[in-house]
Amino acid sequence: MAKTLFEKIWTTHEIQRQDARSLLWIDRHFLHEGSFAAFGQLRARGATVAHPELSIAVADHYVPTRNRKHQPAPLIADMMTRLADNTAAHNIKLSDWHAPDQGIVHVIGPERGLTLPGLTIVCGDSHTSTHGALGAIGFGIGASEVAHVLMTQTLWQKRPKLMRVQITGRLAPGIAAKDMALAVIARLGADGGRGHAIEYAGDAVRALTMEGRLTLCNLTIECGARCGMVAPDETTFTYLRNRQHAPANFESACDHWRTLPSDADATFDRDITLDSATIAPIVTWGTSPEDALPIDATLPDPARMKDEARAAHTREALDYMGLRAGQALQRVAVDRIFIGSCTNSRIEDLRIAAAVLAGRSARVPGLISPGSMPIKQRAEQEGLDRIFTSAGLEWGDAGCSMCVAMNGDTVLPGERCASTTNRNFRGRQGPGARTHLMSPAMAAAAAVTGHLTDVRPLLEGRL
Amino acid sequence: MEKFTRLTAIACPLPLSGIDTDQLIPARFINRQRSEGFAAYLLHDLRKEPGFPLNDPLRAGARIIVARRNFGGGSSREAAVYALQDYGIACVIAPSFGDIFASNAVGNGLLPAVASEDDVEAMLDTLSAGTTHLTVDLTECRINAGNRAWSFSIDPVWREKLLNGWDDLDFTRSLQPAIDAFLVNDRTQRPWAYSM
Repeated sequence: MAKTLFEKIWTTHEIQRQDARSLLWIDRHFLHEGSFAAFGQLRARGATVAHPELSIAVADHYVPTRNRKHQPAPLIADMMTRLADNTAAHNIKLSDWHAPDQGIVHVIGPERGLTLPGLTIVCGDSHTSTHGALGAIGFGIGASEVAHVLMTQTLWQKRPKLMRVQITGRLAPGIAAKDMALAVIARLGADGGRGHAIEYAGDAVRALTMEGRLTLCNLTIECGARCGMVAPDETTFTYLRNRQHAPANFESACDHWRTLPSDADATFDRDITLDSATIAPIVTWGTSPEDALPIDATLPDPARMKDEARAAHTREALDYMGLRAGQALQRVAVDRIFIGSCTNSRIEDLRIAAAVLAGRSARVPGLISPGSMPIKQRAEQEGLDRIFTSAGLEWGDAGCSMCVAMNGDTVLPGERCASTTNRNFRGRQGPGARTHLMSPAMAAAAAVTGHLTDVRPLLEGRL
Repeated sequence: MEKFTRLTAIACPLPLSGIDTDQLIPARFINRQRSEGFAAYLLHDLRKEPGFPLNDPLRAGARIIVARRNFGGGSSREAAVYALQDYGIACVIAPSFGDIFASNAVGNGLLPAVASEDDVEAMLDTLSAGTTHLTVDLTECRINAGNRAWSFSIDPVWREKLLNGWDDLDFTRSLQPAIDAFLVNDRTQRPWAYSM
């Protein structure tokens, strides 16, 4: 019988079926500072970690991304200590905040070749969907599930329904995977993918680099689906070959991985198609990632909406964001920019931002935080850091940083930030912060002009 | 885990869509230890807004929340469930829930009851007209307010889990021989997956 990519991986990981649930074997378990609650559950039960060799820990959520040489605030230091103590007690390998390979968990997994096609990957973080870009089943879990995985290396899951999102055609110059992902979220809604695993397909997805695919799969959770994936192909294998933790017998692994893509006649519970020719640079205007519009659009008017719940959300979102119905997005002034996060902090993200910023000055302050210390090193070898600092922007260290504002890097109350991150929720970047999500090129363009703007004219002759 | 069968309690209407886990508990509070309690941080920032329904004396002691679509989307932080439970909430009724939140809720014995958008609007109207209590019956998947009744849905496996107060871990432990056998076989089938 014809099978999808998802079904092939799921089936090979099923240990037992019970009613509508399966007990799945978990190949990789990523941990970070937030995992302390799960370790607390292990302590309470006096339990041990079943397979410490399959867990990988890294400090990212709370690590300082500025002034790392200074002693961090007591709360931050405490989170670093908790992670170090818990991983040491259970013999789990940790990249602490001073490690040369430290970075955001969803950046370092693929970067080190820990993330591979055909694996099941979990982490106590909703953006674990990122890892699906290599053709793995990756999804975020809560603390109790993290504890269950630590104790058994397995997890009970209901098999989700399957949705195929086909993106046809070719992306126009200046349009990024981020725009593609925001277009999908706007189309489906922030809960449109719930209960589903998404497989991205179509020419435009095939043409994406691995980094573009990572951005696309990363944002899958923002349409409500826990898991997003792209079938492995030569792009995947080329990306993985010679990575630190790639399998020793790489070619034989590739032979297995070539059997993974969905069979031609495999069926999906839901199928949607987007034409990439219709995708323009997109920014969010509200407090949900579904509140996304092309940069040349004007803001929606709640008075013209028939659905009361929708009108109420729009009214509240416009009010929180300090915007008016009918206002043009292009004229909205920003106070700062942030380039970073597990969504958009990889070397290609930094290169495109640098292409916009080269020889120009930023009108507003901003922070650029690379996704990992190896990416930071590479960017510096390429001279990107000098482009950023010459433009007047701050060049930071690797971590979740201003995306989730847990390390003290916050957007101030009422401030408006053009951000390459994944959530524009109220208060996400700090209490009262106003977030507009966009691609790295678009955030760089906002830095140069001081307002939301179409990056394409600024990229002319520079691509 | 505590069983959930039937609950009659004060219900609080929250006529908002997309109450994400960052709203349920802002990130700056989630580093607390479980034993310290999270009640004070439930909807911490939204509760500061004048007229926020949870602050209404009529809703003091609420154990049920009725909200609009996409409740608990976003971050996987289980502290969102801890904050609800420590505040006293045992059931949230909404047209849709974030998948990770719903899974975390069930794992901790909190019922995420899915009702239709029309029924949720009717419940919100009933509550804002002064009704204080709802009855949620998980055996029948019914919600009552006086002589009004609505149905809700929940995944059958989750329903069983909540009704019986089952803990996954004990069951998984009983399957250890099957896990061991799987691993022995899998290491030969997919050696590359273990060669990191």
